[in-house]
Amino acid sequence: MRTIAVLIRKEFTQIRRNRIMIPAMIIAPLIQMIILVYAANMNMRDIDFAILDEDGSATSINLISKYSSSPFFSLSGSVNSLDDAEKLLKGDKADLVIHIPPNFENSILNQEKADVQFLINGINSAAAVLTASYAQNILFDYNRQLIAGFSRPSSVSQGFGTIEVNYSHWYNPGLDFKIFMVPGILVVLVTLVGWLLMSLNVVREKELGTIEQINVTPIKKYQFLMGKLIPFWILAIIELGIGLTLGRLLFHVPILGSLWLLIAFTAIYLVTVLGFGLFIAAISETQQQVMFVNFFFVLVFILMSGIFTPVESMPDWAHYVNIINPLSYFMRVIRMILLKGSDFGDVWKEFLSMGIFGVVMITLSVRSYRKRV
Amino acid sequence: MTAESKLGCRANYFWSMNSPIVECRSISKKYGEIPALVNFDIDISAGEVFGMIGPDGAGKTTLFRILSTLILPDSGRAMVLGHDVVKDYRYIRKSIGFMPGRFSLYQDLTVEENLKFYASVFGVKIRDNYHLIKDIYSPLEPFRSRRAGKLSGGMKQKLALSCALIHKPMLLILDEPTTGVDAVSRKEFWDHLGTLQTDGMTILVSTPYMDEAQRCGRLAMVQKGHLLDIGKPDEIRSRFNGTLFQLTSSDRYQALLICRNSKQISSVHAFGQTLHLTLADGVQTEFVENLLIDQGIVEVVIHEIPPSIEDCFMQYLT
Repeated sequence: MRTIAVLIRKEFTQIRRNRIMIPAMIIAPLIQMIILVYAANMNMRDIDFAILDEDGSATSINLISKYSSSPFFSLSGSVNSLDDAEKLLKGDKADLVIHIPPNFENSILNQEKADVQFLINGINSAAAVLTASYAQNILFDYNRQLIAGFSRPSSVSQGFGTIEVNYSHWYNPGLDFKIFMVPGILVVLVTLVGWLLMSLNVVREKELGTIEQINVTPIKKYQFLMGKLIPFWILAIIELGIGLTLGRLLFHVPILGSLWLLIAFTAIYLVTVLGFGLFIAAISETQQQVMFVNFFFVLVFILMSGIFTPVESMPDWAHYVNIINPLSYFMRVIRMILLKGSDFGDVWKEFLSMGIFGVVMITLSVRSYRKRV
Repeated sequence: MTAESKLGCRANYFWSMNSPIVECRSISKKYGEIPALVNFDIDISAGEVFGMIGPDGAGKTTLFRILSTLILPDSGRAMVLGHDVVKDYRYIRKSIGFMPGRFSLYQDLTVEENLKFYASVFGVKIRDNYHLIKDIYSPLEPFRSRRAGKLSGGMKQKLALSCALIHKPMLLILDEPTTGVDAVSRKEFWDHLGTLQTDGMTILVSTPYMDEAQRCGRLAMVQKGHLLDIGKPDEIRSRFNGTLFQLTSSDRYQALLICRNSKQISSVHAFGQTLHLTLADGVQTEFVENLLIDQGIVEVVIHEIPPSIEDCFMQYLT
């Protein structure tokens, strides 16, 4: 115990001496939050669209005005042929072309089926889906107005009832993407501070040769590893605090659940990822190697964790991969606790899984670390 | 059972007092296909300053790392302080002081923090063993709050030695401690080793400097993992084969080329500003003098000198 305390004190002295570390711990979350939260915004605004109006009637102009007056769309011009429309799409001048064919008004007046064609830039599939759904919504609205206009009291359509669907979005009533993103970024921050900084630190001792001097002392394997793990475990939890405070101040992220429950989960989660970091550091010889291997895992884990895109929409194999992805557990739990106010009864399974992971990872890292070769 | 094990302990204790501090029996170690040590045998007794000399890649560092329990030998058996380096590494790590060839203290910790750190890791107080390091550490006292990385080469070595000594080891293993250190600091360093030896410490040290080899009680000359010779410096020098001559002349390089081509000169090496040579049987120094003068080299002076350790080493290599 005393030896571990000595090692931890040494580590903190070194961290304090490091001119970049402490400022980085405060500035990094600030910048990441501001940039990622705003930049990774999935709410779409100002979708550029162009008009190919082959009807030129009062009805078609009326429909177009519905789009140009919507905050989600901005008119970038009108074209006269499908070829020109394609040019606009290719030149990235528009992401949506609304094609109104000839006889559009006539068809409506004759109460026949009238068609409208949407040409959508599908490179970013998520954006394309959103664009399509926004565009359809406006069309449906317009459609409803038309039907309402036709169905005068004297008409036969009186007997038709309509089912109206109303949505109420729980836990994030304004569907504010920021509220969804901030906890995700906290996960990334805590992971990076703990995992990456620690495994770099361990390998640095190998590179500088200081580990050689340590290895001829009576320091035991587990003492050395705990002496590395605990300081970064503390740093990462502090980082969670910093990030949470910033998220609250800047974005008013709700903290509905118990803060202690979140800290407890973070603590167990960190044991897992730090254990994994120690394992990678144990099998690497240089900072370059450890950076590369870590980068691979961190990137895959982050992307699969559901930070940007819901895990539910991933294919089956991704679900299986996520069983061993600690970040996906943390991502789920932090959002549940912060945004839904889930309590221990809701997340005990995640606690259990994390606990098992932690034990496995620590065992793995202690076994793979060699005091001699 | 208890009595027996107690007896065993005591016997072991006496044994370790009287037998060699270091005992290597046909130690071999390969790095891939390249042999670093080949059937290496060595014994070091208590209170010795034992030197290892040899070029880079001779196997010195490998041997030191095996004895310090940092690496495992492929075969053979090594005992340090009566304990097996493979099985009893815990005991050995507690009882030896090791100073690696590369400066391996924490550069971002201060002088004092480094010393305190290593003292607490070994569970000792600086105060208790301060007498051991007083001579070495006191010149560093004014710089105690300076970061170790900012020290000069000589001061780094002093700090490293202090840290290796702070737990009062029974055996000190120093891997090229004076490489890259100025001449004055080197001399001081060896004076400190002398003091430690007087206090009864056993020291195993390697060095690329032949002048330092002379200061060792006993020496081992190693090359490509093999032991070339072992003994007191004077013994090694007395084993020099033939008579050694030193030659100075107006043109050292030309003289070297001429001597190399002569069958009457059995060996010639450049040695500082001079040449060291041995002659074939029955050849007189006048022959060499005339040979050089004939080729237009002037100021030729040749006289007999006692061989140095380096001369002996060169003789083994050729």
